[in-house]
Amino acid sequence: MADLVSHPDEVKVVSRRFGLGATDIDRYVALDGYKAVQKALGMEPDAIINEVKNSGLRGRGGAGFSTGMKWSFVPKQSAKPKYVLCNGDESEPGTCKDRLIFEHDPHSVIEGVMIAALAVGAKSGYIYIRGEYRYLSIIMQKAIKDAYAKGFVGKNIFSSGRDLDIYWHGGAGAYEVGEESALMESLEGKRGVPRIRPPFPAVVGLWGGPTVINNAETLANVPHIILGGADWYAKLGTPKNGGTRLFCLSGNIAKPGVYELPMGYNLKKMLFDVGGGIPNGRELKAVVPGGSSCPVLKADEIDVAMDFDSVAKAGSMLGSGGVVVIDDQQCIVKFALRTMKFYQHESCGWCIPCREGTDWLKKTLIRFHSGGGMKKDIDNMQYLAENMLGRTFCPLGDAAAMPTIGFVKKFRQEFEDHLDGKPCPYEKAGAEELAFAH
Amino acid sequence: MKFSDEFEARFAEMVPHYPTKRSALVPTLLYAQDEVGFLSDEVIAEIAGRLELTELEVRNVISYYSMLTTKPRGKFNVQVCTNISCMVRGGEEILHHCAKKLGIGHKQTTADGMFTLEEVECIGACSWAPAAQVNYDFHENLTAEKMDRVLDEYRKKGTQ
Amino acid sequence: MADAPKLVSLTVDGKKLTAPSGTLLIEACKSVGIEVPSFCYYPNLSLQGACRMCLVKVEKMPKLQTACTTTVAEGMIVTTDSDEIKQARKSMLEMLLGNHPLDCPVCDAGGECELQDMTFSYGAAESKFMEAKNHKEEQQWSPVVFFDRPRCILCYRCVRVCGEGMDVWALGVQNRGVSSLIAPNNGDHLECEECGMCIDICPVGALTSGAYRYKTRPWEMKHVGTVCTHCGDGCKTTLGVRRSDTGMEIVRGDNRDKSGTNGDFLCIKGRYAFDFANHEERLTQPLIRKNGTLTPATWEEALTLVGTTFADIRDTEGGSAIGVVGSTRTTNEEAYLLSKFARTVLQTNNVDHHRTADFPALATALRGKPDATASMADVFTASAILLIGNDPTEQHPLLAWQIRNNVRLHRAKLYVVNSTPIKLKRQAASFLQIPAGAEGKVAAFLAGDDSAVDANEQLRSLRDALKAEQNLVIIFGSEIRGKDLTSLIALGSSIPGAKFVCLADYANSRGAADMGLYPDLLAGYHAVAGNSAFHQEWGNIPATAGLDFPGMVDAAKSGKLKGLYVVGSNPVGRLDVDPFAFSKTFVVVQDMFLTETAALADVVLPAANAYEKSGTMTNTCGDVQLVKKAGEISGTKSDFEMIVRIADAMGADIHKLVSFGGGTRADMGQSRGAQSGEADRHAVWLEMQGLEPKLSPLDPTAILDEIQRLVPGYGVSRANLLAGNVEHTSLSESGPGAAHKAESIAPANDSLFTSGTLGRYSRALRSVMESHEVKHSEVAAD
Repeated sequence: MADLVSHPDEVKVVSRRFGLGATDIDRYVALDGYKAVQKALGMEPDAIINEVKNSGLRGRGGAGFSTGMKWSFVPKQSAKPKYVLCNGDESEPGTCKDRLIFEHDPHSVIEGVMIAALAVGAKSGYIYIRGEYRYLSIIMQKAIKDAYAKGFVGKNIFSSGRDLDIYWHGGAGAYEVGEESALMESLEGKRGVPRIRPPFPAVVGLWGGPTVINNAETLANVPHIILGGADWYAKLGTPKNGGTRLFCLSGNIAKPGVYELPMGYNLKKMLFDVGGGIPNGRELKAVVPGGSSCPVLKADEIDVAMDFDSVAKAGSMLGSGGVVVIDDQQCIVKFALRTMKFYQHESCGWCIPCREGTDWLKKTLIRFHSGGGMKKDIDNMQYLAENMLGRTFCPLGDAAAMPTIGFVKKFRQEFEDHLDGKPCPYEKAGAEELAFAH
Repeated sequence: MKFSDEFEARFAEMVPHYPTKRSALVPTLLYAQDEVGFLSDEVIAEIAGRLELTELEVRNVISYYSMLTTKPRGKFNVQVCTNISCMVRGGEEILHHCAKKLGIGHKQTTADGMFTLEEVECIGACSWAPAAQVNYDFHENLTAEKMDRVLDEYRKKGTQ
Repeated sequence: MADAPKLVSLTVDGKKLTAPSGTLLIEACKSVGIEVPSFCYYPNLSLQGACRMCLVKVEKMPKLQTACTTTVAEGMIVTTDSDEIKQARKSMLEMLLGNHPLDCPVCDAGGECELQDMTFSYGAAESKFMEAKNHKEEQQWSPVVFFDRPRCILCYRCVRVCGEGMDVWALGVQNRGVSSLIAPNNGDHLECEECGMCIDICPVGALTSGAYRYKTRPWEMKHVGTVCTHCGDGCKTTLGVRRSDTGMEIVRGDNRDKSGTNGDFLCIKGRYAFDFANHEERLTQPLIRKNGTLTPATWEEALTLVGTTFADIRDTEGGSAIGVVGSTRTTNEEAYLLSKFARTVLQTNNVDHHRTADFPALATALRGKPDATASMADVFTASAILLIGNDPTEQHPLLAWQIRNNVRLHRAKLYVVNSTPIKLKRQAASFLQIPAGAEGKVAAFLAGDDSAVDANEQLRSLRDALKAEQNLVIIFGSEIRGKDLTSLIALGSSIPGAKFVCLADYANSRGAADMGLYPDLLAGYHAVAGNSAFHQEWGNIPATAGLDFPGMVDAAKSGKLKGLYVVGSNPVGRLDVDPFAFSKTFVVVQDMFLTETAALADVVLPAANAYEKSGTMTNTCGDVQLVKKAGEISGTKSDFEMIVRIADAMGADIHKLVSFGGGTRADMGQSRGAQSGEADRHAVWLEMQGLEPKLSPLDPTAILDEIQRLVPGYGVSRANLLAGNVEHTSLSESGPGAAHKAESIAPANDSLFTSGTLGRYSRALRSVMESHEVKHSEVAAD
């Protein structure tokens, strides 16, 4: 049960029921729960989609695609059943926000799925929760059961004459399954290998039917948008970046935690005001602004508005909201190595550049960090990563390549400092081997 | 092959949630593993039969997911995260500490069958790092001392 | 019929081209000669997009696109060759080679490896990788399949061909990331149909053949594409041959050029079961029974003995005292020659062969009906198929492949009627299980005879569904014979465009029938009692029908059959004949081995097999193909040569038997031994002059002329035939055929792993059988 934090700058939308006992369905209803879905039942599907489009809500999983737009791609007529799939496979290193939503406000996800289903004409929704989050799947299963008991989901919801089923589904440990087409494969009981796109899930998705796939946080925002209106929501953020966002502050920061801040909140302020700065009298070295896939920002690059477009302009990505802070006692080579070890472990292995590229980079970084590096390795690593970029079967290859390129380019000196058989100069304990180099 | 009534009830409820039987495979495997301790040949054959899959297909899926295992584990699976957020806050030290205390390495099991140690990838506890999961329970903001207490508690629980 | 797909125009590397919408870019490029490299793309298998070798630039797309998953679109502008693309391909290879062993000189695929070729093309020659490569020990998955994980590039071709193509699904992908590996279905070994297609389709040396690996280097072999000698489907198998101390040794069988009617397909027999040719029990010297014992003799001695004895019997007892049993594995030329030799030289109509299908009845029923037989290729394209009886998966593996893949790729509708739930049931839109033996009655009902069976709803709806079909291919096993066959043909005549396939069991069962190895029928199903072109050309043919094989056995028992000439057949072993029946008969056997029949013979002549000779064969569908000589074992002779030389020894006019050119008896050289050289030198000279070598009476092409001229349906394109293509024959111009007793047909009942007498001499088949039996007995013991 993760600890909650708070800060005066927070604007609580998705997190407004956190800590208020909203896992209880009556409590949730008392806190305006299931009002939005009832409102949506009275709206035309296109009106729902337009409302979400106009709110400027963009995917909170990392890609930042317009949610309303995604919904509008689903064909109105379909011979096969349509589906809504909530992506709760939160696994991006540095990210721990969906966990809080499931823990404190599971019904908001259910309600979001329901509204999405009404918008696209789906009769079933699935909420996929990663296998490690067992306690959350227990919470979710109870929430779904309670919603069925109340007649909110199932047959004839809210006596509207419409049927809508919501199901929970559990994973079993695979980062790659967070990719939307791999998520569908996993839900269908297969290996989490992404599908060839096109066709996109909105056209051919789960079991061949048109499918909307959204991140849990994205969907949890939807009821608030329907109730509060697109304008209200859009204005919380910056142009084209509506609303707020759960930022997960982690790493070398005084007050780590998940904070809900408006889109476009300044990163420097986030670290030093909200997060309380760098503890233990150390200095900031770098920040990974949106989960491990995002290129690193150096300490002098953090005066940036945390919205999708501004962070992209700064050469990185807003990603999944995982802000990982790195202080001056950390070794960037080791950080790059740990990052690559993750991608090597999580690569599904389907395509050559990701499967072989991550393994090669990991091996090289292990050798390099332990003092066996050569000057040409630095260029080689960049060469490899650049040749993976944009050429892999799914975005995981990019997710591995982008941070690598960032580390090598921005911290080349640190790499060079490891040359000539020197033990890692950035670690108090010297060049300690990566925990278990398996 | 006999599973608990709870498993059977859950299985019976879950399968009709999907238009294809095999869709229930991944969660079913995890629940079966929770009961048996690992996915034995017998379990694989049973689930393959129920979901109308070949055993090969079931094995292909099992080997893809990192939480699923075909080898027995200890009673308590100590999963220490060493990914970036945990690493910069001492996750590796926690892992080494556990290794020393338990006398085992990655994916090894203590002789008494009590603990298995595993270095894992991000478990979604980044803001409460360093963190570990013992079976499904999260233990966060860990220090070596706290980890000792955690392990001692499980040992006590396991010997009761 | 669906509308023809719309054509779209696009530009590739500046070339304008059109392709039907839906065409994959990689295929469109290929159609104009632009090769886009790939490992994982394989025509007719599901798309993967995994190897990323086929990345091309499509204008307006920010990233490079995979040509194997992109479909053509109107106005699309594509670049397949630029620095960016070259670099992308090069880097893919570099990454692959990072973990791939670089020991090509000792790799079994060295010299015929797509990774090697691709590396050569894209110049990923500089090794940037200095980390230790991931290693895993090689595994043996079956007697014939080995897997070496480090060499595997994970193109998933094997997984797909096994699953999608074969419907066996014995291979899977396990683990993930760089630990991913191809895994067999039974933990450490395979339980499958052992077709070996995973080996053929593997672009590298990851999957290798237990029958071939490390025997030789690919460039040391000559590759000869010929027709498989096992079942009746007529697959082309490419035999790799190498010089050996006994001639030319066949060291490998595979589907190298994929030019046969079998396309990508080849089964265990076509791939591995060439090894009977190298069996140590192979006869390489004539044997003559002396004092009760078969004793080695010279060819001259043996042929003279046979010739003079047969002539003596003919001249004293009459030709009807001699019986002739032909083969279902010899060439059309040999079967035709044997029939002609029997009628015109031996003066007997006592001619038969091991019959496994009722072709004479088929000929009768299809007389005057052009386009009424389906070729093997038709089975792959027909919009609907009715399969009655047989289990093609076991008995006709190519036919099963054609049916399966037609259903998979073209959504053909398959109707199956069978007494057991055969594997093809899985592809069937409708499966009807009937009691064994009821096939004929069901056929009659389907043809409209309501009184034939006590019909149920399923049967009625099947009949209705069939009546609504067009271009139906009706395939039937030996369960359908005689009048049952006639009713099935009647069903077909009510369906527009219906065609038939009659299933027979051996490589040239159809040819043996077409060439007239019957007591009452000449080639082309002309009656011996009639007045056909053969009567006019051949001259004196005994006018009454001779004895069939059971008749010959009876005649032998009663002492009337004085001579028996068995060419490439083992009736004693296969047809349940009393071994003492022929004790008073002079028996001559031409065979590779001392079979049950040969063991009883007075003279045994060591024969070459179908892989050691040239000619043509006709598959069960009536597709005729060229048989090319691949191997050679010194001391053996083709049946063709032996028949001619026996005729010669009998004093027959060889020019009348084989209408060869101006040659003389001097052309009849021996290929081995003291007189060797003549024929070979002669052939070389002919080849140098650009002449067909039919100037020799020992060359089967000489009689192919006569076959093509006289046998109805065989007047097909010679050029196509010689080019190695399939030519479909027709039965519409046949003679009247005949009605035979149902019992005259004895199905071979071979499985995937057996092949009549021949199969017993294949170590590969035996080892696979044994490994499967062991597994089954282990299961039984559990």
